[in-house]
Amino acid sequence: MAKIIIPTPLRKFTNNLATIEVEAINIRESINALSSLFPDLKKQILDDAGEIRQFVRIYLGDEDIKVLNNEKTPVTHDAVISIVPAIAGGISD
Amino acid sequence: MSTVKFTKEELERYSRHLIIPEFNIQGQRRLKNAKVLVIGSGGLGSPLLLYLTAAGVGTIGIVDFDVVDESNLQRQVLFSVEDVGQSKTSSAIERLKGLNPNVNFIEHNIRLTSENALDILADYDVVADGTDNFPTRYLVNDACVILQKTNVYASIFRFEGQVSVFNYTDEKGNTGPNYRDLFPSPPPPGLVPSCAEGGVIGVLPGIIGSMQANEVIKVITGIGNPLSGRLFLFDALTFETRTLKVHKDSSQPGIVKLIDYEVFCGLNQQTEDVYKVKEITVQELEKLKDSGKDYQLVDVRETYEYEIAHLDGYLIPLGQIEDKVDKIDSNKQVIIHCRSGVRSAQAIETLEKKFGFTNLYNLKGGILAYAKEIDNSLAKY
Repeated sequence: MAKIIIPTPLRKFTNNLATIEVEAINIRESINALSSLFPDLKKQILDDAGEIRQFVRIYLGDEDIKVLNNEKTPVTHDAVISIVPAIAGGISD
Repeated sequence: MSTVKFTKEELERYSRHLIIPEFNIQGQRRLKNAKVLVIGSGGLGSPLLLYLTAAGVGTIGIVDFDVVDESNLQRQVLFSVEDVGQSKTSSAIERLKGLNPNVNFIEHNIRLTSENALDILADYDVVADGTDNFPTRYLVNDACVILQKTNVYASIFRFEGQVSVFNYTDEKGNTGPNYRDLFPSPPPPGLVPSCAEGGVIGVLPGIIGSMQANEVIKVITGIGNPLSGRLFLFDALTFETRTLKVHKDSSQPGIVKLIDYEVFCGLNQQTEDVYKVKEITVQELEKLKDSGKDYQLVDVRETYEYEIAHLDGYLIPLGQIEDKVDKIDSNKQVIIHCRSGVRSAQAIETLEKKFGFTNLYNLKGGILAYAKEIDNSLAKY
């Protein structure tokens, strides 16, 4: 199963789990599997059109999927997928 | 460069640098000759400034418009109790001069804006971004791109840190990616990291800011491989570290001028876009209490915030407001509050639009305003 590393700011949507394992053949399926496990996480990662948001990068290993095959990038059972959001500091409203 | 001279005291002070073969006096000369601008003298700025000063950077500029607050002392190790209420830049410079009187400090006690950024940054060789908000991050990035300056970047949030070196030009003249190549645009307000999700473990900026200082020193001296084209991630909870590749994104438009970054980040939206809620001031809430009239006070913060300070309101965290709608009275005046008034306005919008409430009032300025103007014994956070 592919392992998805959840960044700190998004862990409140995954019951504070730092990693989630999913069964998937590519990045798109991995995100879909993650979204169905944690529906509130979906809108944080994908916009209304289903595209990956501009302040979130998805990595397979140490490589940005944008230079691979984007969401069609195949994932193997031992793949490590990272969700990397922009963070700016510790202030709150 | 060889014209840079050191006194006997300086040679002794920097001797641990001078005896590293790849650093030696040449590296120390480059440090002394360098001008570094540190933007933000807070959590990241504290270790950055302390180490850059100790290391012997010749000129250090500090940009910050803020004053030292009690809540800064948990992580901003530059400051002491007696600095509370004082300007951050002047307090920092006073402390840093005590650490190394050989450094020339330039104080920029001003908010960095699109109007002044290019003028301020122009005088420096390297910029270190230790700010705490998205508008300034994009402003610093864009100004560095326009002026062709290296932007040594670090960012923290709760238990997570990021470090990179943006817009770095190597000895062959190739310039690496900048912040917009990684994150073309910031999160819109309301998405992560959002209200009630602030906070940072105090040691984290010490760790990440020290790494940032190390990258500044590498960029100046030319030793090692700067973190250009790579993003370092640190999770203090799991102690996982990762170094990911960052590529230039040719689909991004070139950066040719500075823009309004508040608007770019979705702040200061046009008033017609903002849902209007009825408001009550903290003074009016006090009068209401004294009047003996029946009303309900609802607190939409998180439990851990309630434990810091509360007004005896009925606690329904914002995320549970729809599930617990039956706990909100529809027959009397209901005052809803949070920390500063943003989340409570969101709660009211949801309750009015989805459930038709008409009796809800937002406590203007939240519990912070109450603590400031009515009850000074309440802890502000």
